[in-house]
Order: sequence, then structure tokens, then C-alpha cells
Amino acid sequence: MAGITKTHFSSEQKASRRGTEESPVAKWVLISIGMAFALTFLLLPLVNVFFQAFEKGWSFFFGALKDPDSWSAIRLTLTIAAISVPLNVVFGLAASWAIAKFEFRGKSILITLIDLPFAVSPVVSGLIFVLMFGLQGYFGRWLDDHDIKIIFAVPGIVMATVFVTFPFVARELIPIMQATGAEQEQAALTLGANGWQTFWYVTLPSVKWGLLYGVILCNARAMGEFGAVSVVSGHITGQTDTMPLRVEKLYNEYNGTAAFAVASLLALLALLTLGVKTFIEWKTQRNYELAQRATDEQK
Amino acid sequence: MNKALKILALLGVGVLLSVTTRAEKSTSLLNVSYDPTRELYQDYNQAFSKFWKEKSGKSVTIKQSHGGSGKQARAVIDGLEADVVTLALAYDIDVIAEKARLLPKDWQKRFPNNSSPYTSTIVFLVRKGNPKGIKDWDDLVKPDIKVITPNPKTSGGARWNYLAAYGYELKRTNGDEAKAKEFLKALFKNVPVLDTGARGATTTFVQRGIGDVLVAWENEAILASKELGKGQVEIVVPSISILAEPPVAVVDKVAKRHGTEEVAKAYLEHLYSEEGQEIAAKNYYRPRLESAAKKYGNQFPQLKLFTIDEVFGGWQKAQKDHFADGGTFDQIYQK
Repeated sequence: MAGITKTHFSSEQKASRRGTEESPVAKWVLISIGMAFALTFLLLPLVNVFFQAFEKGWSFFFGALKDPDSWSAIRLTLTIAAISVPLNVVFGLAASWAIAKFEFRGKSILITLIDLPFAVSPVVSGLIFVLMFGLQGYFGRWLDDHDIKIIFAVPGIVMATVFVTFPFVARELIPIMQATGAEQEQAALTLGANGWQTFWYVTLPSVKWGLLYGVILCNARAMGEFGAVSVVSGHITGQTDTMPLRVEKLYNEYNGTAAFAVASLLALLALLTLGVKTFIEWKTQRNYELAQRATDEQK
Repeated sequence: MNKALKILALLGVGVLLSVTTRAEKSTSLLNVSYDPTRELYQDYNQAFSKFWKEKSGKSVTIKQSHGGSGKQARAVIDGLEADVVTLALAYDIDVIAEKARLLPKDWQKRFPNNSSPYTSTIVFLVRKGNPKGIKDWDDLVKPDIKVITPNPKTSGGARWNYLAAYGYELKRTNGDEAKAKEFLKALFKNVPVLDTGARGATTTFVQRGIGDVLVAWENEAILASKELGKGQVEIVVPSISILAEPPVAVVDKVAKRHGTEEVAKAYLEHLYSEEGQEIAAKNYYRPRLESAAKKYGNQFPQLKLFTIDEVFGGWQKAQKDHFADGGTFDQIYQK
């Protein structure tokens, strides 16, 4: 009797599996295609970057990074990220708060605008700043008369970077804020908290992991951006070269190993980002499960 | 709360870093140059800093920016603060004078030899052993040949390449413009990629291994054959080519504002000195000075050279006829 039920059950299970899944052959073919693709196009080139970087040994590797021009590029890249990421955090919080909690005219326009940098080619993103602030641009004469440098200097690079990294934080926060809704904030307000307290103690804790995730993506792009920065940088060695621009320059100067040394540093930053990203995903997932379990137990 | 502190700290670090980069500036010159001069000015800048220190007691650092000549001129017009420009051809400096009025229009008269301290020409670079048997310009239009040359709209070297080929066909046909156009049309049919600058084209040919022949600056071709692609590529000298004169100029308005007029002028003058000429020759640019030319003469092949003035009536006209919007290049490059 027990045996019959068992076979009956498993055959039913098999049938249901057939209904939703492909045959094992298709499954393994798909998996191996995906794996082979990822290996040849993602992992292999990445491994090669490190391989090339260490081709001439550790001392050459560190020598290449210590070269004053490369070191200046590393510093510039960190500076740019340190300025543009906080700016986008502030903007992202403000915009997502406004979009998730309020109803107002032009809301859909704001959402579309936030996505604009995703749609626009980075070259265009750089060029718009040249057309505005370049010597022949709308504000060019005025800026020149007042000796303010924007294009081909750090401010221009920051602007271009902020532009291309604009959506990352806001895009990450909007769905989270929309999902949590306004009830908790309303409760806080009725309990006598002021707006600032509500933000610090209620809103921010509920979005913190999403925010961090957005910051990481934003930071990765800010450090890695090539196109837009290339247009506004002016490529002055040791002054307005960021790490990606420095990599290209070294490569063009037939200094392949040094180019790969700087590239490997960039790749390392990317891997670090990936690690932190995975950790946060795991953490949010766990928090979610813990919260679920807690509510289940209460029931 | 912690996060706010961290952000503040990050911002602080950022500001500090940008302040330190600013504090480093003593007297510095920005030389905005074209693509293949990287090695030349690396050597020359060191020599000049030393020379200037001995002469005036002041130290000067020279910053470089490199890229396609047309693109670099555009950047200077848009506000890249070059104290001096050392570009691939006179027209690109003319544009800076016309559009941005940063230097007088007669800039080319301010230094000897049309303000060109060194010259070069256009030659071919082919794969080891010349498997496709390329000897002269007319081999480039054969149907099974892949030619690498950069984009004449952005690269100065590419414009010299184009005019050298055009001039060759004009000479062969006794001045038949229609035939020369056909010739260029056939040539550009064989070009699989147009890089923005000469250096990009060289890496395409040598490092990425694309194409059968690279049309290149002589200095770039010698550099590639002796250093980068040693044993993989070799130079082929055509029967006739163009005398390329890359000019230099002080960008008056910028130099005046920076207070660098004197050192900028000395920087370009020193290119004509014995030391400057030797450095140019060592980096495979043809020197003007007799003594340097003699000393390094055997590294430059002998070939017939025509000038842009005698065949095309100068850069202004050549630019207008061939490279302006709707010019010959646009006509022949439409597929």
C-alpha cells in the first residue's frame, strides 16, 4: 500500500517536472553553452589581464603603479569617485523619496529623466558638457573671463561622471521605497517624530542595504567610466588622466605590461565590488528570510 | 549616523587630494601634440627642462596631451589650455587661429622653416617578407589588399596619407583629377577600419594584426619596425611621397594668461638647436639642421618628395577641396 502511494506520488512528480522543465539533454546543453560563453568571454580575458600584468614580475608591476603619472591617475580616479558618489547618494535619496512617497505633477517626467543617462551614449554625455562649458560653448566666454576651468579639468570630469552614474542609486531605491509604502513613516509622525528623525530612524534603516547596493554600482561605474570622461578630460598626462584613460594611453605608448598593471588594479576594484555586492545580496536575502520567519512564528 | 560620517570623511579626502594636485604646479607648460610624437617629446621635454634650468635657473615641467591632430585642435578651441601646440599639419593650427583667435593668423611666419622644426614623409609598413608584394602606391588599390590608414577627418597623418596617394596618381596621369579620385575611391574600398589617430592605426596593424599594409608616418613606421613589431613587420618605400611638415606654435592668449610666454617660445626655439634636432632625428623625424641630417642620414630612405604647396596649393586649399564637409573625401568614401 505504502509502496503504491509512493510510486504514484513520484510519477506525479515526474509528470509535473516534464510539464515545466526541459529534458535533461536540453538542460545540460543550455548549461554548458552558458558556462562556455561566460568562461571564454568573461573569465578568460579577466585572467589574461592579470597574467599580462605580472608578465615581467612583481617589481615591474609595482614600479608601473608607482610611476608618477599612473599614481596621479589612480588618485584622480579615487577623487572623482569620492566626489560624485556622495552627490548621487544625496540626489538618489531625495528623488526616490519624492517619487515613492508623494504624488505630484511631472512625476513620470522625473522618472524618465533619471533613466536618461542609461539611454544616452557616454560620448554624448561628455559632449553636452563641452557644448555648455567649452570655450565656444554657451557659458564658455563668461567662465574664461572669470578664469574658471570646468572642461579639461577636474570639475568637468566630475560632472560627466555624475551624469553617467545618475540613475544607479535612485533606480535601486525607488522600488524598495515603493514596496515599503508610507505607513511606517506615518506611524512615526503620529508618534511625534519630526521629519528628520523619521528619515534617520525609519526610512534609512529600511532602505540601507538597497542604498549600499546602489552606491557600489555607482562607485564601480564612476571609477570605470571611459567614454564621457575621455571627451572632457583633455588627456593631460599626470593631470587629467583617470585610470581608464591611463590604461589606453599606456597601451598606445607600446607599454603593454604597465597598461595591464593599471588595468588589473581596475579589475581588482571591480572584483572587490562584485564580492561586496554578492555579500549584500546574501545579507538582504537573509534579513528577508529572518523577518519572514519572525512573522510566521508570531502567527 | 555612521554613514554620514563616512561620506564626510570621503569628501574630505577628495578635497584634500584635489588640493594637493593643485599645489604641485610650479611653472608648467602644456604641449598639446598629435599622436605619434609621444616618444619624441618624452625625450625632448627632459632635455629642455635641463637646458632651461641651466639657462634661466628656473625649473619647468612640461605636460603632454596626445591624440589625433584634428581632434587635439578641436580640444584647444574648446578650451584645453595649451601653452604650445605641436600638431601634424598647418591647417589644424590655422583653425585654432580662426575659430578661437588664440594666436595670430600669421603664426607660421614666427619660427624658421614654416614653423616646422622637423619633417617626415609617408611610407608603408608591411608584414615580414612582404607576402603581398607591395611596392608602390598602385599596389594599394588591388582588390585583395587590406589597407590600414586612420580617419582623415580626425587624424593629421591620415590627411598626409591621403594627399600622398592623390599626388602620386596626379603625377602618374599628368594631373587628371578624375582619375586621382577614382584611385582614392578604390584605395579606401580596401580600408577595413578608420582609427581616429595614427597611433591607433599602428596598434591596429601591428598589435591586433589587421590588414596587409599600414600607410604611416615615416617616424611611426621606423619606430614600429625597430621596436614594437621587431621581426614582424618591414618598411616599404614608395617611388614618390609627400614632404610632411608638422608645425609648432605658441598659443599666445593662453601663454599670456599663464605668464609662460618666454619659456614657451624658448621651448619651441630649442627644437631648432643642435640638441633638439638630434633628439628629433633619434626619434626618426627628419631634422632640418645640416649636421644632424648628416649624422643620422642613413636611417632615412631616399625618395622623391613633393610638397603640398606645389601639388595642392597649400593647406587651406587642400583642406577645403578634400576634407571639408562634402569635399573629395566625403564623395569617395560614400559606399
